[in-house]
Amino acid sequence: MPRILSALVAGLIFGAGIAVSGMINPAKVLNFFDIAETWDPSLAFVMGGALAVTALGYFLVLKRPTPAFEKRFHLPTKKRLDLPLIGGSALFGIGWGIAGFCPGGSIPALGLGQSSAFVFVAAMIAGMFAVKLVRSAMLVRAVRGRA
Amino acid sequence: MTEFTPLTSLLGGGLIGVAAVLLMALNGRVAGLSGILGGLVPPAAPDWVWRAAFLAGAVVAPGLILAFTGFTISFDSPVPTPWLIVGGLIVGVGVTLGSGCSSGHGVCGMARLSGRSIAATISFMIATAATVFIIRHVLGGF
Repeated sequence: MPRILSALVAGLIFGAGIAVSGMINPAKVLNFFDIAETWDPSLAFVMGGALAVTALGYFLVLKRPTPAFEKRFHLPTKKRLDLPLIGGSALFGIGWGIAGFCPGGSIPALGLGQSSAFVFVAAMIAGMFAVKLVRSAMLVRAVRGRA
Repeated sequence: MTEFTPLTSLLGGGLIGVAAVLLMALNGRVAGLSGILGGLVPPAAPDWVWRAAFLAGAVVAPGLILAFTGFTISFDSPVPTPWLIVGGLIVGVGVTLGSGCSSGHGVCGMARLSGRSIAATISFMIATAATVFIIRHVLGGF
């Protein structure tokens, strides 16, 4: 129960941050990336504020042996820079540049009742599901190949 | 045009940071939206309940702000629906292959100086800026 409650509270604060910061607004996001014409530098301040707080907070928190309600910190263990990381991230950037929504911006936008956010999130989930499908099909083939 | 909002953007960014630190301090989890959502996409991860709780909080928050504060949340989506679908599909594929998005890599990973997250963030920032430039100034689109 404490784990679920703490996740809910963190989600509330995250959603509030996205809404207050302007990251929820696709027009603002697209203008941040449009240095050539309608540049709105606001999102650099979002990044700056988020990074400053998170860097300091993580520095203090990750010194502790465990988190409060879990046995361990779940941090990514991969170190290598590989093609899926760089290529996948580049793809994400292309999609972000087309739609003006990123995952963190689109989820709180659902709460505003914006139909564009529902369309985007549905398509995004379909994209995630497609990768999972292909990956599990490849896994099945690899296991069969070995047997 | 959108209005330059340095103060509220800084404040909102700070709140995003507070949420990330809280989720790490209490649950030991990275506040990466694509990772949290990805764990709910079938086949769902066994720890789907806290993921759903986090997302529920994120969805409800803007409505609470509108209901209980005088803050106005500006919103304008200039992108036509077919392109929202194309963009959404590409984002879904990209963040799954790339193991993160602007919150997971851009905030949480960069904050702990993860080499993978710094590389991912550089990759998607360049790709996003290039895409916006091409759509707006080469193709004359939205």
